[in-house]
Amino acid sequence: MAEKSGADILVETLLDLGVDTVFGYPGGAVLPIYDALYEHPKIKHILVRHEQAATHAAEGYARSTGKPGVVLVTSGPGATNAVTGITDALMDSIPMVVITGQVATNLIGTDAFQEADTVGITRHCTKHNYLVKKPSDLAQVVQEAFHIATQGRPGPVVIDIPKNVQVAATEYSSNATRTNTRYQPQTEGDFKAINAAAEMIMNAKAPILYTGGGIINSGPKASETLRELAELLGCPVTSTLMGLGAFPASSDKWLGMLGMHGTFEANMAMNKADLVVCLGARFDDRITGRLDAFSPNSKKIHVDIDRSSINKTIRVDLPVVGDVGRVMEQLIAVLKGRRFATPELAEWWSRITGWRATNCLEYPESKTEIMPQEAIRKLWQATHEREPIITTEVGQHQMWAAQHFDFESPNKWLTSGGLGTMGYGLPAAIGAQLGHPDALVIDIAGEASIQMNIQELGTASQYRLPVKIFILNNEYMGMVRQWQELTYESRYSNSYSDSLPDFVKLAESYDWTGIRIEDPADLEAGIQKMIETDGPVLVDCRVAKLANCFPMIPSGAAHTEMLLSAEDVKGTMDDQAKALV
Amino acid sequence: MHIYEEAVERHVLAVLVDNEAGILARIAGMFTARGYNIDSLTVADISEDHAVSRITIATNGPPHVIEQIIAQLDRLVPVHSVRDLTESGPHVQRELALVKVSGKGEHRIEAMRLADIYRARVVDATTESFIFEITGAPEKIETFVGLMREVGLVEVGRTGVVAIGRGPDPA
Repeated sequence: MAEKSGADILVETLLDLGVDTVFGYPGGAVLPIYDALYEHPKIKHILVRHEQAATHAAEGYARSTGKPGVVLVTSGPGATNAVTGITDALMDSIPMVVITGQVATNLIGTDAFQEADTVGITRHCTKHNYLVKKPSDLAQVVQEAFHIATQGRPGPVVIDIPKNVQVAATEYSSNATRTNTRYQPQTEGDFKAINAAAEMIMNAKAPILYTGGGIINSGPKASETLRELAELLGCPVTSTLMGLGAFPASSDKWLGMLGMHGTFEANMAMNKADLVVCLGARFDDRITGRLDAFSPNSKKIHVDIDRSSINKTIRVDLPVVGDVGRVMEQLIAVLKGRRFATPELAEWWSRITGWRATNCLEYPESKTEIMPQEAIRKLWQATHEREPIITTEVGQHQMWAAQHFDFESPNKWLTSGGLGTMGYGLPAAIGAQLGHPDALVIDIAGEASIQMNIQELGTASQYRLPVKIFILNNEYMGMVRQWQELTYESRYSNSYSDSLPDFVKLAESYDWTGIRIEDPADLEAGIQKMIETDGPVLVDCRVAKLANCFPMIPSGAAHTEMLLSAEDVKGTMDDQAKALV
Repeated sequence: MHIYEEAVERHVLAVLVDNEAGILARIAGMFTARGYNIDSLTVADISEDHAVSRITIATNGPPHVIEQIIAQLDRLVPVHSVRDLTESGPHVQRELALVKVSGKGEHRIEAMRLADIYRARVVDATTESFIFEITGAPEKIETFVGLMREVGLVEVGRTGVVAIGRGPDPA
């Protein structure tokens, strides 16, 4: 067997695992790996402008392709800058492998230059992490890392590699047998539980499917199975922010998103249902509202691949641990075996029709200002036939996009749900565009969020990625301002976006096309120009400054206590509600 | 606004883990990160090839938190199994303590008499001090240390609890 350096072993193992794209930023402690990459042009390295962006780009790549995202950064600040994106991937269950350089083993613990305790820092924001102390461990660690990142509930895995381990040589042959990994999550649902679920479904008069990001993570087949299940059950479907696209928005069974900024009909249906089937979602606080008032009269079935998500905040009647796609298939088989006939549920649907009549997503119209909701609807009208991939930053624009941009298929909606990371959208769009060179990729942004990773304009230019950014510019951190309006009598403490750059000039300085839209009359033409312009385009769309995102369940309130419009806002909240995020 | 706390119960968990670097930090850190309590934690390698360690954790919390603790431990990659001994039936709990007592005259004699009753062994003695070694259930040690406080307790070292299920089968 030939001897190879740790860096070579790493790169060859990545190739064996089918890695074709790595997002990274070089530095002292990863120079040997960068030198090995120089010899392996099969792996495309995307040079970002900040390590946080490398992690979000990897997330965008992963979420849109279903393949794990790979990140390569240096020790110390390289690793600490990556922590936000690693945590984001943990919260949203995104498969990601992050390779960090580390100072040489003999320098660890001496406060060496660019030393940070990377495994210590990332221990609780990764699914698992490693410090590799010998080059002979490297191949097996990398293989196991990819297995852990992608199997079960996906998540980020960090591999910290000291510089001397990258340089040192050891015997290596690429066709070495892979060791059986100790990580084998349960994917098949328990047969008894599936039968019990079928029983509950057969007895339900007002069932609802509450779906989440788990369906997307399970793969495109799970989205197909969900459609089949909903058809068979004849019941309504709602979804979390992360699950949008798993079920087609054009279906008559679709109620829209649920939760804090979900639709009236979705939240009312959750509240009044007699059976909630939770499929790959986790009863997040943004979904449940006040816990003791959440869906009070329903039996609950929870399908999740992560046992720790079950009974964490909401007690359920029937837990089913397994891959949600597989469990849905099992459930359909059992129901069909029992000759289950799709019920009419006429009374249930007539109540839903009543709630739908509220038209909760309506917004005030204006001839003088561009309403942000209108901008999203127009963007959808102009692009949906091309099935664009939409990324977002975090805030009002994100919620408006979730409410007003309709998705028909999975892997088209990339957003930071759990962690709520401003600055996610632009690098995620870059990652998605790399995974789908011919797709129309649009980052729907706010003027505050976009500045958090604005430096990535350069990355898109360098790799000639035709990413589009559509900024809803209201000159406020809008969601912060909205909460200040709701809770603190409109005392706008530090939520005004002062000293904004001229976004058009900024775009042009990075060799992007910049477009400004100010007049509602120009909205459609501006959007059209954005789509038709080759290469990357940034649109600075000036929208109504004080528009708020409704409907909304204020923190600490129940699903039945939605604010439907600005008229419902009181401007104060008690301390109990203030203490909730 | 006030913050209310729920009633807690004590549970002893036996956790089998891969004996690898950082495992203790991973487990202990998970407890801190998620706001769980550790009353005591012991760890030692238990397999012939030194590949597996057994961690015994005494913890407390409301029942739904105990359930989460077990699920959160179980999802860690190096964790093989988690057993709630308190839940799974009769089990034996033992702890060892070293108790240093100093004193003269009546106190010294009383310390010796109590040690005899509690079957503590003398492992070091000077003309004015003893070190007792005592093993038993945590409550017994608690009581013994309490009594020693009255007759000249100087310091005490405790191992924390180890526990194992009764009967022929592994817990």
